[in-house]
Amino acid sequence: MTDKRPVNLDIGTIKLPITAYVSILHRASGVALIGAIAILLGLLSYSLKSAEDFAAVQACLSSVPMKLLMWAVLAAFIYHLLAGIKHLVMDMGIGETLEGGKTGAVLVLVFTVIGVALAGVWVW
Amino acid sequence: MVKTVTSFGRSGLSDWLIQRVSGVVIAAYFFFIVGWLVTHESLDYSTWQTLHHMTCMKIFNTVTLLSVVAHAWIGIWAVLTDYITVRLLGPKATALRLVFEISVIGVLVIYALWGLAIVWGV
Repeated sequence: MTDKRPVNLDIGTIKLPITAYVSILHRASGVALIGAIAILLGLLSYSLKSAEDFAAVQACLSSVPMKLLMWAVLAAFIYHLLAGIKHLVMDMGIGETLEGGKTGAVLVLVFTVIGVALAGVWVW
Repeated sequence: MVKTVTSFGRSGLSDWLIQRVSGVVIAAYFFFIVGWLVTHESLDYSTWQTLHHMTCMKIFNTVTLLSVVAHAWIGIWAVLTDYITVRLLGPKATALRLVFEISVIGVLVIYALWGLAIVWGV
């Protein structure tokens, strides 16, 4: 396909709506979570090796930097999960209009704040 | 019709479905494991080891692991094919995207093999 047509949707020059930010964050959180898998697999591996390694993982997870890291991973996951649920809801034909899309984006952000707060309580 | 050679299921519709099914599997695993951890407050090694030693848990771990790998590939493929493009980055973009794609596949294969070794080594 020889494509010499002009591209009108240049996202660098237009003001992005809330739905665009929610979509970009969905992608960014997904990319971050791919990196987090390495950390989670490492923790799982050590936690199942022996009772000593399990205790070491527990001690590691109770340190402040690790708690912050786990909270960040949980936050990325919770956001990604909620944005994913929004996709499933929209696949069923709910909230596909412009207004519905905006409402869905706001709901994802509101529930993320609640979820991340709960995750913070759980981690600490 | 555009033929894509790097998408997971070789068709957009197939990728669309796999992304949703794998997403639901990962979500189910998340709720299960968080629920389990919350209800086992002072967790010790033998309880944790017993859980992961059960065959049904090994299967759940494996299905989730494979779902994560497939989900990650379909997601990252969409990101790379949207941003590492000739229009945005010039003529070298296609080669660059292929390098990124192969690197991600390498990482995901390592995740899959490492994860399987953990899950089935309990």
